[in-house]
Amino acid sequence: MSNRIVVPFGPQHPVLPEPIHLDLVLEDERVVEAIPTIGYIHRGLEKLVEKRDFKDYVLIAERICGICSFTHSVTYCNAIEQIMGIEVPPRAQFIRTIWMEYSRMHSHLLWLGLTADAMGFENLFMNAWRLREEILDDMEATTGGRVIQGSSKVGGIRLDIPDEKLGEMVDHLKAIRPRLEESNRIFTHDQTVRHRMRGLGVLTKEEAWDLGAVGPVARGSGCDMDVRSSGYSAYGELGFKPITLPHGDCLDRCLVRSQEVLAAVDLVERAVAKMPDGPIEEKVKGNPDGECFAFTEQPRGECMHYVKANGTKNLVRHRVRTPTLTNIPPLVKMLAGIELADVPVVVLTIDPCIGCAER
Amino acid sequence: MIVQKHTIIEIPVTELLKKTEEYHAKGHRLVQIGCTPLGDRYEINYTFTTSYDFESLRLTVHDDDIIPSISDTYWGAFIYENELHDLFGFTVTGMNVDFKGHLFETSVPTPFKNMPSVTIVPKGGDKK
Repeated sequence: MSNRIVVPFGPQHPVLPEPIHLDLVLEDERVVEAIPTIGYIHRGLEKLVEKRDFKDYVLIAERICGICSFTHSVTYCNAIEQIMGIEVPPRAQFIRTIWMEYSRMHSHLLWLGLTADAMGFENLFMNAWRLREEILDDMEATTGGRVIQGSSKVGGIRLDIPDEKLGEMVDHLKAIRPRLEESNRIFTHDQTVRHRMRGLGVLTKEEAWDLGAVGPVARGSGCDMDVRSSGYSAYGELGFKPITLPHGDCLDRCLVRSQEVLAAVDLVERAVAKMPDGPIEEKVKGNPDGECFAFTEQPRGECMHYVKANGTKNLVRHRVRTPTLTNIPPLVKMLAGIELADVPVVVLTIDPCIGCAER
Repeated sequence: MIVQKHTIIEIPVTELLKKTEEYHAKGHRLVQIGCTPLGDRYEINYTFTTSYDFESLRLTVHDDDIIPSISDTYWGAFIYENELHDLFGFTVTGMNVDFKGHLFETSVPTPFKNMPSVTIVPKGGDKK
């Protein structure tokens, strides 16, 4: 008969980029139950809508996360624009889409590097982050910021990208594409990676759906779920198709992200090829009055911004439901039954962003 | 502009569990539970979907109302229900995982709760 013990995991741990605490109930080395605790970095950002002008608040919405930042600002803007009936010019929609896909590339490459590091595969870690730096260079060149861009505004975007620069960005992506494909090939076929992640932390398609999993966690379990399929921003014109894999284990969650980096390159190339001319913003008149639930697909999954306004410059409510928050219940299910030594890798595969989750 | 379709259905608290079970039986997933403080009352939205058209059940509740947990039907609902408790001060009964106020550690208890209404009494009391 084995004894049960409780091992505290986190909030500070070498594999955790952000603080989450888990009480792991163990029988010998096997996890029988995991109880998560967050709450270490709750900033109350949603409360600031009561004091900030709704147009200025875009910059605060962007700071909810340091990785999905641009997508947060676009989701917030989508909600306000829908309430006010603002028609964002097509060029602005296309450029927003390009920056959102760049965010996805740098987020996924960051995660792939962290995962390689957690497995002790240092060479792969450095390779992923080297590629990420090249993506960030183009973000910085076009927006002035590496991770916080401040380029989206209610009604459009603040900065245009000249056509010449768009061509340079595509050339740059073409140049690094073979290295991205090589990285994807290693994650797909390398025996070390497969041995560490195949069959680990399995979440079935039914469990993923029932527990509310989103993003690569859901798609790695075979759920064909990606808000980009709804066609917001310019996705409707780019022939977008979600990437899904069937096994529901750590490796498939990893490969969904790895393949989405290459898919993002394709989307950027298509967006540049179809880039319309025209203005980049629509003038905003008056204040919003009404409510809207806006959904987008962040690198980590489906994100929701709910906005309620009463015709004044301050909003009544801004509520954000981030992908990490809804991926915590699936994580609890994944952890039950695995070995203690596998916990860090499984926790990493939901790509936890606790700053996002707690706002 | 692509407008994401969202239908809001207002229901009383007493119908919450029945309606939630209906959504579950139809194969909907729980997207989120979110609360909006409105001065003298709160709106709580339970959002469901099967694709990219969303539906929300909306409850209108007050400070001391008790809300039943839907975690028997949607296991993952505990994360939102603990948030309702920690940030808004609601009592949610029957949660499958109850953090007892320790999911969100905030320096101010229940920071999103409606402010109590205050009547300013003139100096010397309210007698004219």
